[in-house]
Amino acid sequence: MSWLRISWAWRWAVLVAGIGGWQLWTSRAGSSFFPRPSAIVTRMYHLWFSGPAAHVFLTADATGNLLPSLGRVLAGLAIATAIGAPLGIALGRSPVVTAYLNPLLQFARALPVVTMAPVFIVLFKIGTQMEIATIVFGTLWPILLNTIDGAATVDPVQLETARAFRMSAGQRLAWVIIPAALPKAFAGFRLSLSLSLILMVFSELVGSSSGIGYEMSNASNAFDMTFLWSTIVLLGILGYLLNELLAGAERHLLAWHTGKGRG
Amino acid sequence: MLEVTNLTRAFGHGAAAHTAIEAVSLSVAHGELVSIVGPSGCGKSTLLRCIAGLIAPTGGRVVLRGVPVHDVPDGLAVVLQDYGRSLYPWLTVRDNVALPLRRTLRGRAARRTAADASLAAVALAGVGDKYPWQLSGGMQQRVAIARALACDPALLLMDEPFGSVDAQTREDLEDLVLRVRRERDITILLVTHDIDESVYVGDRVIVLTPGPGRVRADLPVRLPESRDQIITKELPDFVRLRTEVSRLVRSRDTRAVS
Amino acid sequence: MSHTTVTGGAAPGGTTRAATRARRPARALPWARGAAGVVVFLLLAEAAGRLGVISRSALPLTSAVLARAVLLAGNGRFLADLGATVEAWAAGMAITVAAGVPLGLLLGALPGVRVATRAIVEFLRPIPSVALILLVSLLLGPGLRMSATLIVYGAIWPVLYNTIAGIDDVDPVAKETHRAFGFSRLDTIRMVSLPSAAPFIATGIRLASAVAIILDIATGYVTGPINGPGIGAYIAQQSSGTSDLTVILAATFWAGILGLALDLLLTGAQRRLLRWHHTRLGETG
Repeated sequence: MSWLRISWAWRWAVLVAGIGGWQLWTSRAGSSFFPRPSAIVTRMYHLWFSGPAAHVFLTADATGNLLPSLGRVLAGLAIATAIGAPLGIALGRSPVVTAYLNPLLQFARALPVVTMAPVFIVLFKIGTQMEIATIVFGTLWPILLNTIDGAATVDPVQLETARAFRMSAGQRLAWVIIPAALPKAFAGFRLSLSLSLILMVFSELVGSSSGIGYEMSNASNAFDMTFLWSTIVLLGILGYLLNELLAGAERHLLAWHTGKGRG
Repeated sequence: MLEVTNLTRAFGHGAAAHTAIEAVSLSVAHGELVSIVGPSGCGKSTLLRCIAGLIAPTGGRVVLRGVPVHDVPDGLAVVLQDYGRSLYPWLTVRDNVALPLRRTLRGRAARRTAADASLAAVALAGVGDKYPWQLSGGMQQRVAIARALACDPALLLMDEPFGSVDAQTREDLEDLVLRVRRERDITILLVTHDIDESVYVGDRVIVLTPGPGRVRADLPVRLPESRDQIITKELPDFVRLRTEVSRLVRSRDTRAVS
Repeated sequence: MSHTTVTGGAAPGGTTRAATRARRPARALPWARGAAGVVVFLLLAEAAGRLGVISRSALPLTSAVLARAVLLAGNGRFLADLGATVEAWAAGMAITVAAGVPLGLLLGALPGVRVATRAIVEFLRPIPSVALILLVSLLLGPGLRMSATLIVYGAIWPVLYNTIAGIDDVDPVAKETHRAFGFSRLDTIRMVSLPSAAPFIATGIRLASAVAIILDIATGYVTGPINGPGIGAYIAQQSSGTSDLTVILAATFWAGILGLALDLLLTGAQRRLLRWHHTRLGETG
């Protein structure tokens, strides 16, 4: 326990030292490309976190651009999971159907989704729908393919045991196949989470009239470096929080998996 | 209780075909404990899986309590060798034992009580909240036995149940099986490659020939009802029988002896 | 750090299971089924377009897209764009591997350093590299240098994390045995840890490769042809003004083929180099 606490302190001390060094270096260099971290933080505060208490201190800019961006990421991931997870379980348990679909799935996974952006723009017009379509199309494949793999590789002894105890198909699904497929499905979801942030920013850069990416595009045209840096830092924090959330869910749901690996 | 007639099981077709067991006939009376022993690759596990209804035979039939077996029948439970794989790592020990009860027992509390009672019967009271992988191999196999017993089966099939535990634990588990058999109205069929084990726990020992498996011999075990790892294994009858079984298992001869 | 390990990207095991089920003719069977699946899909898509299930004004006919794709394959400009994307991919991946693997070995071998740098890494990693496109283009100006920089930033994480995970996974007995023979710590890393972590690293490189292609095309798309040739620039040009979806879908088709080809290339290399260890790779393909 104490060792954990020391390592925790170390970790943050190094982070603070890093930021301090960055501050020193930028102050000395005085480059317009590299604003001081203090300036970035001040800017972030004014831009997004100086709102009224009733809005949890979020400014109008934050509720108008940050929250929609975040909403698109979550909506895209939710749709991709709602399609990919059940379909993955079904395909994983039907090797023949999967054999028919395999080349198509591999091709879809290999397709760099960004090339589809113009297609989505034409189909869904500029805006939220197009962005969500891009995120769904990009994040679906890792979730789907990993869930297929997880469901297809359930230990035959575990399935035989379920049959020997005459569990119904529903029970086998709920108590054997889904839990057994979960670790691999989570690995796919983790890939999709980082992809979803990339695709959110990308689709907002090319096909949106609001959101973080859209604002970045404007700031870049106005050569507002502090704003660009502020968004980048914000995206780092956002990504960190989402990852922590996912790690927490994994610790909770897959405690048996990590524990087993250690034991 | 159990009638197996001319049971045959082959895998594959054409040149790649391979017969695991051929024309195996045996019968087990109510309350008996029968050991099936044979060299590795003699189709012991295939025989057991056919009896359990897990795989369909390519010939012959299995009749349990007067009813032909096609799918997994009622009143039957199995314990497999791979306790590490047959117990579900995502469930606690108690939930592992309680899971098969979902079919027969309504109510979470009732299943929980039944699972705890079954765990207590194999001397594992108090570990219900742990995960299987937190237990030793011998304890995990006890959990598998508790799970099988919780269903209150009339016939218990055990496939090399103690194959992956150390010698001391193995003896303890053998005595556990003997105790379970004494205390309950249960018929047990135990597959093993360990000759001493087959004689020590069995009322009868059935020896299979190397693949394709056929019945080489069906020998009664004439030993006192109460058995002890030291005393029983010193008895001249025990030594004579284990030597005979050993000779049968090792011989290349595949003709049946009577 | 184990919970951030990426082991995914595996192909469905269904084909192999189907193959073991029915012995002899099975080897050809998955191929035949896969080909049949592709043909049926193309026919269905074509029929949907012709019968008006999918409006022809919304999406072009499949046959039109494929015909255009064939034409593109003979188009010198498009081939130059394709080549430029491969070049940026290769440059970015070379730097990614050259930097990511040693860094991963370092962090894997020195848990103290790993713990200390963890907070910084955890903040840097989730920054989507497309968010850096605008900043880096202002800093470095357009060109291969910029594409490669962005690729490295996005692609290095899977390589780094999988290398660390591979080092964590090394059997301590193997390490101790080697140390007991009197080898130094560095030798042990080189002769035991690195080879046994290799399958993990290979998986990381394949994941990184997919990210690298996406980043190169995204960069070209966002900055446009200023950044020099590339599939992204090509698509940006084609989609300015009234976009012709037939061309874009045809280019997308080749981009997908490129993605598949590069993945097959890496899988092939991985299989050759790690023949001794294929079981731990899990699935391939």
